[in-house]
This record gives sequence, C-alpha cells and structure tokens, in this order.
Amino acid sequence: MSNNTKKAYVYKGFERFWHWNQSLLIFLLALTGFEIHSSYSLFGYETAVDLHNKAAWAFLILIIFAIFWHVTTGEWKQYIPTTENLRAQAEFYLFGIFRNAPHPTKKTVISKLNPLQRLVYLGLKVLIIPVMVVSGLLYMFYRYPQDGGIEIITIDNLEIIALIHTFGAFILMAFVIVHLYLITTGHTVTSNLKAMITGWEELDVDENEDSKKENDEEK
Amino acid sequence: MSSMKNFTKALTFFLAIIAPLVIVTVALRQPKGENALLEELKAKYPIEHQAGVDHGKMEILQQDFTNPHEITAACLTCHTERGHELLQSAHFTWEREAYIPGRGVTYLGKKNLINNFCTGVQSNEGSCMKCHAGYGWDDKEFDFENQFNIDCIVCHDNTGTYKKASGGAGYPVMGENGPDFKRILANVGQPKSENCGACHFTGGGGNNVKHGDLEMALLTAGRDVDVHMGVDGLNMSCVDCHTAENHVMKGRYYGVSSTNTQRMSCEECHTAFPHQKSILNEHSIKVSCQTCHIPIYAKVNKTKMSWDWSTATRKKDGKAYEELDEEGNATYASIKGDFDWEKNVEPEYMWFNGTADHHLMTDKVDTTQPFLKINTLNGEYRDRDSKIIPVKVHRGRQPYDTENLTIIQAKLWDKEKGKGALWLDLEWERAIEEGMAYVDMPYSGKHDFVATEMYLPVNHMVSDADEAVSCKECHTPENGRLAALNDFYMPGRDRNELLDFAGRMLLILSLIGVAVHAVIRIISARKSNLAQTH
Repeated sequence: MSNNTKKAYVYKGFERFWHWNQSLLIFLLALTGFEIHSSYSLFGYETAVDLHNKAAWAFLILIIFAIFWHVTTGEWKQYIPTTENLRAQAEFYLFGIFRNAPHPTKKTVISKLNPLQRLVYLGLKVLIIPVMVVSGLLYMFYRYPQDGGIEIITIDNLEIIALIHTFGAFILMAFVIVHLYLITTGHTVTSNLKAMITGWEELDVDENEDSKKENDEEK
Repeated sequence: MSSMKNFTKALTFFLAIIAPLVIVTVALRQPKGENALLEELKAKYPIEHQAGVDHGKMEILQQDFTNPHEITAACLTCHTERGHELLQSAHFTWEREAYIPGRGVTYLGKKNLINNFCTGVQSNEGSCMKCHAGYGWDDKEFDFENQFNIDCIVCHDNTGTYKKASGGAGYPVMGENGPDFKRILANVGQPKSENCGACHFTGGGGNNVKHGDLEMALLTAGRDVDVHMGVDGLNMSCVDCHTAENHVMKGRYYGVSSTNTQRMSCEECHTAFPHQKSILNEHSIKVSCQTCHIPIYAKVNKTKMSWDWSTATRKKDGKAYEELDEEGNATYASIKGDFDWEKNVEPEYMWFNGTADHHLMTDKVDTTQPFLKINTLNGEYRDRDSKIIPVKVHRGRQPYDTENLTIIQAKLWDKEKGKGALWLDLEWERAIEEGMAYVDMPYSGKHDFVATEMYLPVNHMVSDADEAVSCKECHTPENGRLAALNDFYMPGRDRNELLDFAGRMLLILSLIGVAVHAVIRIISARKSNLAQTH
C-alpha cells in the first residue's frame, strides 16, 4: 500500500444504515420472491408472500428516506455519469488488476465512485429499482377484472407485470453477485467491506482534493 | 418509622379498595368456555321457529282424509294466498322463465331438460314425480293451474312419516297402509332438512348419486363433514340459509337454472371481507368461497362420477342383473349400464358468472367435439362477474339419434311390462321410439351413444377453516388444482420459460465470470509474489 494515504470518513452513518438495510431487504425479497416464483420451497408459500410484501413496504420507506438524504446532502451528485477514465477503469478490471496496477480513479470523499460504478449505480437507481418498485406496486394493487371495477385502471392481465418483475429480479441478482465480488477489489481484499462497516477508509492523498476535503470536514 | 407507616397505609388501601374490586371482578367474570364462539353463533343463528298456530286445534284438519287433494283444499281455506304462490314456484312448475343470450326467453327446468343421469323426466313422470311438490303429474295433461294439485305436506310435514308412493305420480300412500294424517297435519311447520333431503339428497336415483355434496349423512354427521350442519356444531338446517319469501327460495342449481338471480351466497352471513389477511380477501374477487373451503366432497358416502348407458340391457341367464361394489353401490345394472363411484372427491374448477346454458332436446349434437356439454357454466377470467367455483363433473354416455343428430329421451319407466319401458323390457329401440314419440321429436331409427359432461357446482360440505385449500395446492407449477384454468397468469404456477432460461443463464454467467476473474487474480498475485521474493 502506498504510504501516501490518509484515513477518511467516507460513508456517513445514514449511508451505511441505508446500504446494509437495503442489502438485507434485497436479500430477503429475492429469497421470498423466487419462492413465490416456485423456484424452490423454503418458508412456505403463504409466509413467503407475507414476508415479501412486508419487506417491500420496508424497502419503499427506506427508499423515501434515501432519496431525501441524497437530495439534502447533495450526495446524488456522486452518480452523475462521466466518460472520463471510463475506458481506463474498464481496462483496469480486465487487465490492470492482474498486474497489480494502481486504480485509475482516485477515491475521494466527494467522489467515491469510479466511472463504472457511477454508471451501474445510476442504472440501478433510475432504472432497475424504479422498475421493480412500479411493477411491485402494480403487482400489489393490480385490479382484477371485477364487477364494479374502474375501467381505466383495470389491468386485464397480470402476466406482463409479473414478467417485468421477474426480469428485474434476475438483473438485481446478477448485480448482487458481481457487486459482492467487486468488494474484494479495493486496496486490500477487505478494505471496501471495512469501509462500508465503519465508514472509515484509507484513501490516497490527492493534493487537489485535500483542501476541499478539509473544508468539508469543518462543516 | 414513616416508611413503615406508609407501608401500612398502602396495605390498608389495597385491602380496603383494590382487593374487593379484584375479587368482585373475578367472581363476576363469565368464564369463556372452549366453544364460546360456537355457543355465541348457536344463540344467534339456528333459530327454532315458534309456530303461532297449533294445527292440532284446527277443526278442518280433524277429518279422515282419503284424498290428498282435499288436504290441500283444507290448507288453502286458511292459507288462502299460498296456493297461488306455489303455482308460480319452481318446486311445482319444474321450469322457469329465463333469458338466455342466443336463445331469447326460454321456459326450462326439470320438466323439459335432459341430463346425463336418468336422462330426463319426460315419458317417465309416473316415477319421477315422486319428487314433485304436487299430486298426479303422470303425463302431459297435468293441470299446472289447479291449486288442489299442490302437495303441501311433502315439505311441511314435521313428523317424518309422510311418504310419497313409488311410481305414484306424486301421490302418497293413503288408507290403511298410509301414515296417520291427523298426526301429520297437527305437526306441520317449517320444512326440516329431512323434508328437503328426501328429494335433494337422493336425486339421480339414490343417496348422494347426483350432487355428491348433498346426502343423508348431512342429517347426522359432525362438523368434519359440514361446518354449518354438523350436529356437534351449529346444527343448521337447509332453510336457515335457503330462506324463502312467499315460497320463493334462495339458491340455484345450474343443472336446470340459467340466470344469475335468487342465488344463495356465503357473503350474506360472512361478508365480502371475512379473512383477517387482506390477501385472502383479495382472492375472493375472482375465487368463490367454496373453491378453498370445500377441498373435497362426498366425504361420507360415494357419489356417482360417470354413467355409461351404452352397456345397459345385458342379461345374465335371460334376466336383468346388478354388480355391486364393497359398499353396496351398483357398478353395473342391466337397466342402467356402468357406473363409477368415488368418495372424498377433489372438485374440478371452472369460471362461473352465475349464468348457464343447456343443451336442449332440439339442439344438434356436434359429433366433432370430444363430448357434449349437457349444461354450460358461462364464465372466463376476463369476465367481471366470473369467479372460480368448484364443480362436480358427471361424465356420461347416453343415446343420440345418429341421423337427426339429436339427443334422445328414452322411455325408462312404466307401471307394467310390454309398453316399451327400458327398465322393464330391456330393449333400446322400443324405449327410444316411445320416448321420442312422447316428446314429439322425430327418430330416424338409428342410435348410438355420445360422451356427455354435466357440471354441478359444489356448494355444501364446507370444511373447517383449518382444512381449507392451501396456497401451494394452486400456486404450483405441476398438477395444481387450477391447472386446467389457463386463461390467466397465476404466480407460482405460470412462468415464461424463455425469461427464466435467460435469467438463469445470466446468473450462471455472472458466477462464472466472477470465479474466472478471481482465479486469474489469485494466480497473478502468486506470480508477482514469487517474482518479488526471487
């Protein structure tokens, strides 16, 4: 490890609370969701449906708080996509990482994400999660063709909603697999994990960022 | 010292004020028994009807009646308007006015419809009318306008001694061999389950033959057979649910009914939101209560599941014979053909919106179909009025005219041999000729047998909530209860194979990619470590 590092408080309290709860909920939703899909039997169908619905509501509440946090702290800017270093970052994961090359993107408190992470996380936040939330809500509040139903909000077929929800679930699971692996690609195998638990991480000192960082901490 | 004083004060307060209150509360508290809820329901629902009149004191009923029409006349002297009501009742007319889309206004009922049990009443009235709430309907000339042709007692006898004679066209046995009519008339009242059951339990020619969920055992069985009628439970009677206003009863049997009117529903007592779990209440939008709460029917005695007329008329030693199963049910009878019987039957499931159509005697038989639908329960997923209901499907093979392509009404019964009745003469051709002549339908002289299905909604033998159909019995990819209803997507049963395959591949490729990446990282790290140490 480079000597030129400094311990920084990268992940704030709420951020970690949000991250770990989200991970638990996604894990629970996937576990129960695929049981509802009849991929296996674990909790029993009724319990699985019950847990899935409860976890869904918990997730919705968490999302509302997370959006509030992102907006009020300005942390949403972390996800603004950039093409700068995008290619270099991809090449790092494909080749550089095997030669022990340095990370092409410097991680700092105000720019925690490399360009690939920015793209993927942005995709999750504006595409996959909303698709799951909307299709999930439609799943819950789906109106069967019924007597006294309101014509314009009746959906005659659950199939399209169910298929979109299933599709999103597979994408999320693929994300989780890759995400869990990429945890190990920090400075050391466990440094990313420790950072997300404690909030603190050893970061390379960047002369340009130093003054800004100190300003941040004073606030 | 002061603390001691405080303690004494507190103790005094407790003993003087609190303790008596506690004792009084405990003493006054009604201990709630194990069956508190049941007792509560018992007090509320199976209400004993208290007669306002002692019919034993009625002068007009003190005669020695020899003619049942006179009994009816005696009833009508006080109940002046009931006769008119009964003339309109389906229990008497055996038909109803009903609009059926594609047919217009129809007048259909047991009077003129065919079924796939004994096939129909026409030309067999003398026998069938044992279950008619009237006297003397033995041919087409019966007077449906005559109030004195009504049989009041068959429904209102509370002694259980009144019996209509076999083959008597609805007349009871009278005279010396008959029951004590004075006693019967002194004990008339609201119909008991036995009254209803005399016909509704024995339809099709014997106990539980036809419906499967309506049989004699309901009179004596416990809650394990039917939660409502169980003698160890609410012990409700038929008319507790099937209430009547001016002799118009609630409840429909769609082997003969066609419209979504006068139906009896569970919701009337249980409301539309009876479950604590909203997801179960939500199911009730498209799933009837019966679907989950009647997991099996024919819980005590077997019911007839199929009837093949084509094997009838075989003889052994020149005589008609029967073959019985171990419970005494005929599996073959020369006069009727082959039967299948089943017990603890899982219903089949269909969409139903409360309207039905029927194959009329004048309708053509479509021989390109695998079977002919005797009655059609209308409904589909997209239909807003439709719900999934449990159905007993009775499968039959019965005669049809291969030239005119019409279903055949054969003459089965007569008082004596030699008049063409199949059950006596064991000869198809003559029985068909006589039957078709009676209904004024042409017969080409050529008949064969066609497979038929009849759909009987299952509404009774409601099980305890603990025994209701569980989620997984339907929400399962293989052989679920609703496997045949495939006009909608059901989670856990349905999936898109392509999407599932693609999804699985995505996950597998992700895992492989990650694994390969990790292995290369480990190998290259070792190499560079080696390079550094050397």
